[in-house]
Amino acid sequence: MALPSGVSQRDFDRARLAFEAAVGAEWVFTSDEDVALYRDAYSPFKGESEERVASAAVAPYTVEEVQAVMRAANEYRIPIYPISTGKNLGYGGSAPNLSGSVVLDLKRMNRILEVNERNASALVEPGVSYFDFYRYIQEHKLKVWMDCPDPGWGSLVGNALDHGGGYTRTTFRNHFDAHCGMEVVLANGDLLRTGMGALPGAETWQQYKFGVGPWIDGLFSQSNFGVVTKMGFWLMPQPDAYLTGTVVVPRYSDLIPLVDTLNFVENSGVVNGMPQLGSPLLGGFFNPIQSELRELIENGASTDELEAYARRQGAGYWSCTLKFYGPEKSIAADWEWCQDKFAAAIPGATFENGEQFRFPLSTEEIEAITRGQALGSRNSTLPEFGIPSLTMFSIGARSATNPNPTEGHMWFSPIIPRTGEAIIEANRVFSEAARELDLPINAVGFSLPTTYWNRAFIYLFGLPVTKDIATNRANREKFERLVKIVAEHGWGEYRTPPAFQDAVLATYSFNNHALRRFLETLKDAVDPNGILGAGRYGIWPRHLRGGRV
Amino acid sequence: MKRPFVAIAVLGLGVAVNAAAQDAAVEQRGKEVFDYWCSACHGAGPGKPGTSALQALYNGQKPALLEERTDLTPELTRSFVRTGVTVMPFFRKTEISDADLDALAAYLAP
Repeated sequence: MALPSGVSQRDFDRARLAFEAAVGAEWVFTSDEDVALYRDAYSPFKGESEERVASAAVAPYTVEEVQAVMRAANEYRIPIYPISTGKNLGYGGSAPNLSGSVVLDLKRMNRILEVNERNASALVEPGVSYFDFYRYIQEHKLKVWMDCPDPGWGSLVGNALDHGGGYTRTTFRNHFDAHCGMEVVLANGDLLRTGMGALPGAETWQQYKFGVGPWIDGLFSQSNFGVVTKMGFWLMPQPDAYLTGTVVVPRYSDLIPLVDTLNFVENSGVVNGMPQLGSPLLGGFFNPIQSELRELIENGASTDELEAYARRQGAGYWSCTLKFYGPEKSIAADWEWCQDKFAAAIPGATFENGEQFRFPLSTEEIEAITRGQALGSRNSTLPEFGIPSLTMFSIGARSATNPNPTEGHMWFSPIIPRTGEAIIEANRVFSEAARELDLPINAVGFSLPTTYWNRAFIYLFGLPVTKDIATNRANREKFERLVKIVAEHGWGEYRTPPAFQDAVLATYSFNNHALRRFLETLKDAVDPNGILGAGRYGIWPRHLRGGRV
Repeated sequence: MKRPFVAIAVLGLGVAVNAAAQDAAVEQRGKEVFDYWCSACHGAGPGKPGTSALQALYNGQKPALLEERTDLTPELTRSFVRTGVTVMPFFRKTEISDADLDALAAYLAP
């Protein structure tokens, strides 16, 4: 076990005794074997001395225990790194930014404190996973959905705090936006509730976000200003029905009015499910690009050549599947209205009716959806119905088409404008980057963004983590280069692994890094000893800023 | 003369019954741990990436379903849970405690 930098053995031993007094000796982990379980399973530093590793872990069961741990950590200046379920794989897992930190493992705090069906809201602790929550609402036969990300074992709290996204209605897909009220233990052990939670006796903590004065909840996301011990969420009432329909357009340049019209129908609130941009040329998620198309792309084919290829295939050039939740008659009418809008905007647009479901889904329907998702079909997937799973891991796991699986991945995930022009420009930039950095062409080059959010696009690329140190080093360098390349175009990551958080925050540099300077001012004020989450998302305490003041 | 023997035999049976009940309880707990932590990847049916991965790895030479394997020693189960493999991460003791891991290992053991 490596001691935290600057902490004496005597102080560490005293802190450990205080932690044991707070949570019980069995929940303080100091052996090498136990502490190794707090490594990032997808660390891009595997086998290298730079790997970020903990010195110990402490696992409280109550908020009072969290407070006691923080007080002791402050007294002995022990760096603390909180995790919820520790399953933020591809973005850091359960490992700290700063080696030697003591991980504050909140997994044991796994109580679902309230699910209010009448208000469609919930209050949970950080250790509650999407699987836990889904089981709860099934067992209690509640007609509400929780929007979930791809992997169901993550924490509702942790995912929202890291700005995770999901797949149901627009209102719920941004998990941080869908939260309402927090309880936070500050670095000094003080206890804070936000929004209406600050008003004793209020019954509206999960109904109204703001309370009075500045809304500070954002300060506790992607940051290190407090330990969130409770978080409220808004839930989606189970709809009557679901419908999908696909718009197909013939020309390359149609992408621009396609996205503009999509924005209009979404921002009007008519399309309320997560749309899916695609190209009939690309096939399904797991299907490789056909060799002729690959050759065209790799040779830098012109738009005319690609459109000619599309005509030879008898397919359109772009597609967009629209998804609707609501009353059966209403969503059928909404789909008709959308067809009118797309037909008026794009000559030659054609339309295909898609899937229809009524809720609750039958067991057979869930199994068919699961099977389609596992095969990479373009049909709807489990998270679109609030059903958590681990099916998405089919991408990285061993399979007939992937006989040599990696050891994990690191997500590169830039935000770009929600226009067709931006997609075209992004593909040009990513294609150039792919050639410069020798990235696989089907990772970048002919890519469409993800549409979690209705105001901006996001691209998601998984750079592999392997057993080979040289490969991992090269991929880290490629990642850092990608961060710079996209920043040169005004695009920035929405979320990133700890290895790149400094580099990413450095790209948000307006006015001589005014944002970072403000965050550092806050850090010094609310955590003067700099013990909490040092380095998380590039926010370092004063003594670890490398001379920067 | 036989009475002491009978008493000892009954006592022995009681110990055996008690041990069997304990084994059943451990196995039951092991199944609960499997259902909670493992089945989303390693269960039966579509969309289970762990099962698909083992199907691709063994190509029918061994069952793809962990619950149908006859060669999973407790040591092997403990090793995979605590060290992970490829994209499967390891599990912390706040997730699967040592006692739960023992129960899981017993449940999956031949």
